[in-house]
Amino acid sequence: MKRRNLLASAAMGLMLASGAFAQGMDKVKACFVYVGPIGDGGWTFQHHDGAMQVQAAYGDKVEIQYQENVPEGADAERVLTQMALGGCNIIFTTSFGYMDPTNAVAAKFPDVKFEHATGFKRDHANVSTYNARFYEGRAVQGHIAGKMTKSNKIGYIASFPIPEVIMGINSYYLHAKKANPAVELSVVWAFTWFDPAKEADAAKALIDQGVDVIAAHTDSTAPLAEAAKTEGVIGFGQASDMAEYKDGPRVSSIIDNWGPYYVKRVGALLDGTYEQIDAWEGIAGGEVLIGEITDKVPADVKAEAEALRDAIAAGTYHPFTGPINKQDGSAWLAEGATAPDGDLLGMNFFVEGIVGDIPQ
Amino acid sequence: MDLGGINPVILIATLMASAVPILLAALGETVVERAGVLNLGVEGMMVIGALGGFIVAVQTGSPVMGFIGGAVAGAVLSLIFAALTQVFLANQVATGLALTLFGLGVSSLGGQGYNGIKPPPTGQLLPDVLADLPVVGPILFGHDWVVYFSILMTAVLWWVLKSTRIGLIIRAVGESHEAAHALGYKVNRIRLMCIAFGGAMAGMGGAYVSLARVPQWVDGITAGAGWIALAIVVFASWKPWRVLIGAYLFGGITVLQLNLQVAGSIIPVEYLSMAPYLITILVLVIMSAGRKGKVNGAPAALGQNFHASR
Repeated sequence: MKRRNLLASAAMGLMLASGAFAQGMDKVKACFVYVGPIGDGGWTFQHHDGAMQVQAAYGDKVEIQYQENVPEGADAERVLTQMALGGCNIIFTTSFGYMDPTNAVAAKFPDVKFEHATGFKRDHANVSTYNARFYEGRAVQGHIAGKMTKSNKIGYIASFPIPEVIMGINSYYLHAKKANPAVELSVVWAFTWFDPAKEADAAKALIDQGVDVIAAHTDSTAPLAEAAKTEGVIGFGQASDMAEYKDGPRVSSIIDNWGPYYVKRVGALLDGTYEQIDAWEGIAGGEVLIGEITDKVPADVKAEAEALRDAIAAGTYHPFTGPINKQDGSAWLAEGATAPDGDLLGMNFFVEGIVGDIPQ
Repeated sequence: MDLGGINPVILIATLMASAVPILLAALGETVVERAGVLNLGVEGMMVIGALGGFIVAVQTGSPVMGFIGGAVAGAVLSLIFAALTQVFLANQVATGLALTLFGLGVSSLGGQGYNGIKPPPTGQLLPDVLADLPVVGPILFGHDWVVYFSILMTAVLWWVLKSTRIGLIIRAVGESHEAAHALGYKVNRIRLMCIAFGGAMAGMGGAYVSLARVPQWVDGITAGAGWIALAIVVFASWKPWRVLIGAYLFGGITVLQLNLQVAGSIIPVEYLSMAPYLITILVLVIMSAGRKGKVNGAPAALGQNFHASR
């Protein structure tokens, strides 16, 4: 009985979906899968903000559904299947770890569109990927970090050893080094996207070791809250502006601005122009915003950071411009060469000067 | 004073603070389990305590009131468990798991609007003169009052369970509820009070996370600390001082692995992350090997409901 119902609804879902794509749709059900809670104040909060922008842009023509705290792995596949069966026309999976589940479920539902954030696998025609060039923002942060540190020790709370995170670390380090040749970078791997207590502990470990500028690649505001306890330690907002720490340690931030992309993609589905793409916009495209640089940063450093931001936006400067060597001393980019996207998306090495190994 | 780039004094001082939430929760659960009740809802009670404490502290501006609020919130939630298992005789394992899920959900709902607010700070208790002493300063005198409270509670519970009449009654109820009943003790009422006490301790531990350790509110802030607290109770074979050791061990390894990374250690972090759990298994194996038949000193009536008609 149960199975029959399931099959029937699956068939119906397919039928409903299949008629729709060639000529656009009257109404789109857009679904979002979140890795953390919306209340994280960072990564998931920004994705949900993007979803709300879609709702605001199309009103009645779009129905939003979302699920929070979906673990990366087998559970994700169940959630995705359920969403596809539940009539979702387009499903945004908003974390790297959903890559394989997204492609697996996409194979079973060829008429549902899947959009996977920060991944690189597009095994089926209905899977698109989208990402933002966060490393551009990291370059600006790195510059500020290099100029602002007094102990010449800067820290980075990393989540998982994936290209996305590694390229952020490299970009951060390269620009800190450029601003201050004496700078040393400590990287702590938290192996979580969201665990406020652990993130706070990681920040504390860094501060205990003399680090006075902390960047985080995890989702909560806990590292900033920890930094606020020690005088003279500064940090950055990650994924969201985290403006509530403006009068504390937060001196700037990287803001993920997914709204325009979500609005564009759902709009394309509505008017029938939807195509599979691999989107990777940065500061220029408005997906990465640099949050206000506060008065704690001296005016000249602020001006330099903003000039760097503007040069990246204008396309006159690429954060990975040679000569750059890999950590083991072998050459990566020659003088004046810029990193091809393929190298960045598969990045699995630190650049020369960073101490420590990437966990395998 | 550095060992491989890590200052052991700061490390010990940090681990004492980071172990407080699991220590408080595990102490509470120890009493609950000694009374023969298995409450797997520690995580739920902690997260409710974290939220309750946070809200009270923000509203009143007093962190002490916050901790009391956290304890009350945890105790109130645990009373749901007590009502279900002691009055309606529901299965304790299932009810405890449900309590965790319920607590996480309710706290997420109740916490709407509290994101990004900063609670009043829980400061260092003793004056800087003492805390600035070399070596002993940071370890013995540099903490907030909750750290001292947690150690004090360990001593008090050890004494109460071991040498007082109340402790004897609690243990009697946990070892053989029929015998305790025959002696005229109100088994379910005693258990209910133990459950409320355990809830208050877990709530306070949760409040420490949201008020002192992280200080802020985000959904799911306790992130599994309650489960570790449950493991520690077994690890400690239901004895308060061993709970303290277990909590410091677990807290210490967490802090140590992060510090080792910063110091550029060559030991892969995965091994250190596994270590506390491996040690738990090892301790369990060693302890159960020692005594045949009886598993490492668990209360005999653990997890069994009691009704006077039987």
